[in-house]
Amino acid sequence: MSDEQKTIGPLGHRPASDDPHVTVSGREIPLVAGPEDLKDHDHARDLGNPGEYPYTRGIHPDMYRGKPWTMRQFAGFGTAVQTNERYRFLLERGQTGLSVAFDLPTLMGRDSDDPWSLGEVGKCGVAISSLADMETLFDQIPLADVSTSMTINSPAAIIWAMYIVAAEKQGADIARLRGTLQNDILKEFMAQKEYIFPPEPSMKLVVDTIEFGTREMPKFNPISISGYHIREAGSTAVQELAFTLADGFAYVDAALAADLEVDEFAPRLSFFFNSHLDLFEEIAKFRAARRIWARHMRERYGAKNERSWLLRFHTQTAGCSLTAQQPLINIVRTAYEALAGVLGGTQSLHTNSMDEALALPSEEAVEVALRTQQILAHEIGVASTVDPLAGSYYVEKLTDDMEAGAEAYFARIEELGGVVPALEEGFFQREIADAAHWYQEALEREQRVVVGVNRYVDEGETQQIPILRIDKEIDANRRRELAELRTGRDQTAVDAALARVVRGARDGENLMPHFIDAVRTYATLGEIVEALKSVYGEYVEPIII
Amino acid sequence: MDRAIRVLVAKAGLDGHDRGAKVVARALRDAGMEVIYTGLRQSPEMIAEAAVQEDVDAVGLSLLSGAHMTIFPEVLRLLREKGGDDILLTGGGCIGDEDMVELREQGVGELFGPGASTREIVDYIRDEVGRRRQLQENS
Repeated sequence: MSDEQKTIGPLGHRPASDDPHVTVSGREIPLVAGPEDLKDHDHARDLGNPGEYPYTRGIHPDMYRGKPWTMRQFAGFGTAVQTNERYRFLLERGQTGLSVAFDLPTLMGRDSDDPWSLGEVGKCGVAISSLADMETLFDQIPLADVSTSMTINSPAAIIWAMYIVAAEKQGADIARLRGTLQNDILKEFMAQKEYIFPPEPSMKLVVDTIEFGTREMPKFNPISISGYHIREAGSTAVQELAFTLADGFAYVDAALAADLEVDEFAPRLSFFFNSHLDLFEEIAKFRAARRIWARHMRERYGAKNERSWLLRFHTQTAGCSLTAQQPLINIVRTAYEALAGVLGGTQSLHTNSMDEALALPSEEAVEVALRTQQILAHEIGVASTVDPLAGSYYVEKLTDDMEAGAEAYFARIEELGGVVPALEEGFFQREIADAAHWYQEALEREQRVVVGVNRYVDEGETQQIPILRIDKEIDANRRRELAELRTGRDQTAVDAALARVVRGARDGENLMPHFIDAVRTYATLGEIVEALKSVYGEYVEPIII
Repeated sequence: MDRAIRVLVAKAGLDGHDRGAKVVARALRDAGMEVIYTGLRQSPEMIAEAAVQEDVDAVGLSLLSGAHMTIFPEVLRLLREKGGDDILLTGGGCIGDEDMVELREQGVGELFGPGASTREIVDYIRDEVGRRRQLQENS
């Protein structure tokens, strides 16, 4: 290390060789791995060929040569009009799929004019309160051709109904629509906390969408079982892997309990993982995820259809690894994380923008993030060969360890009576909070280096990058728009549709057709959610610090 | 001996991101403070009410949803209205420099962005509460 480097920043005096050698999850990193690490490893049993059981090496024999990953940047802010413009900007620049970020009121099933929405409208995503907003969101975007992912959970079924009707109105055949609904309520209870109803009716709504999708929309993924938020909340890599797959099995169990056949619905289950900073640990996590899922689906659930064994996943780089300090260097962090996703065999990828520790990304920052993926795809050669790290002593050992760690968690969850009882008693929440606490302590003791934050600090740094600002008038404008919507619609039809939602919920019917009818009358998201609350009630979580 | 510093750690509005709030709550507790955590989805009214009822020295408000320019001023207003003028309102989240300056001008205390260490937060609350107690004793 040069003298110059040594003097940068008040904490920058220690030579790098003193850094503890542990992953971002606290796992010790060996100096060198060797054959003795793979004593119990069986190549045929544990790896196989790409595109073959247990799919450790990837779900396709030719991976990205045959099917490039989808470059899917999560976006949404302000009004449907503004977000529609951003989507068209991204599509024009070579993005290949859309991914809708909704604002917090929408995620919580509240309209923009609800008193709880004040100050939150359009801030961390787009505000969608009715079918009218959904039609605007996709104006001039042919939903029949563009696959669309929607990050929405508690009210997912209702938002999906709006999307379906908007697509129908464009003249699309709904059976051909492609995309993904996040719709993963279990991780909301565990980590992201955007729940509305208690676990049981929430699971029922998920099963309704799986059932409806299986019957009517066979190309659409009705759920994206997500570890991303579990990781962002502070979990380790193994916890992310284990809790996500445990959730996946819980959905399989719930669908089976509703008399669906495993091979009917399992091929449409999709996953979503975080890609954090520790390159090899992340790659191992992705490889282990595929292997665990394939084994459980075939051995435990007896799935016969090969497609039921495949774990297909989306990846997003770790938002929590971004720093507000020296934001430009986040481009580098994101590039490494994206590389892990690609080497791990992801089907689609979102790369975070450099400014996201501060605000929603600016147009310039989003463009750099998209270009990062394009460099990975076209310039550095990693997309041309399948699973290039297979056979590495270190990566195979890590992959085996990840699987063993996840299996140990599955056993603990089972002892607690399954995922729902475990989350009702706060098991996952406690595990995640403990890991987050450990990580923060490691940072404070400088056992983890974060460039620009606890080492190589740029004293006197000021924010230099442009910040996207949401128009202050948005709350008032949205209130006016919704007032107009409510006076302009056929209220009798709205009331009748809402009454059918209530009746359907009480009678335990599949609610998707009722939601579709209700949104068609321009009943709002908030009105439909209120109708459901009258039957299901609301969830309050146990407080765990 | 001085009585322990009491802090209400609060999550306001619809935001469910509680990692930061929980990490800070634990750090304050480890530093010997009495910590009350509100749990999620509290309105400004509920937070101000709890702060006054619990007779806390400081409120630490966590907001990652972008609603900080609405919620911080509202909590501050309600604290004053309910007679909690002496309570320090501090907090953190995804808040840009410009907004921090504007909120400080309105009377909010120091705000902490991503990357802040819990040590900084503990030190700040200890110093600021100490200063305010001193002022009160002298007045």
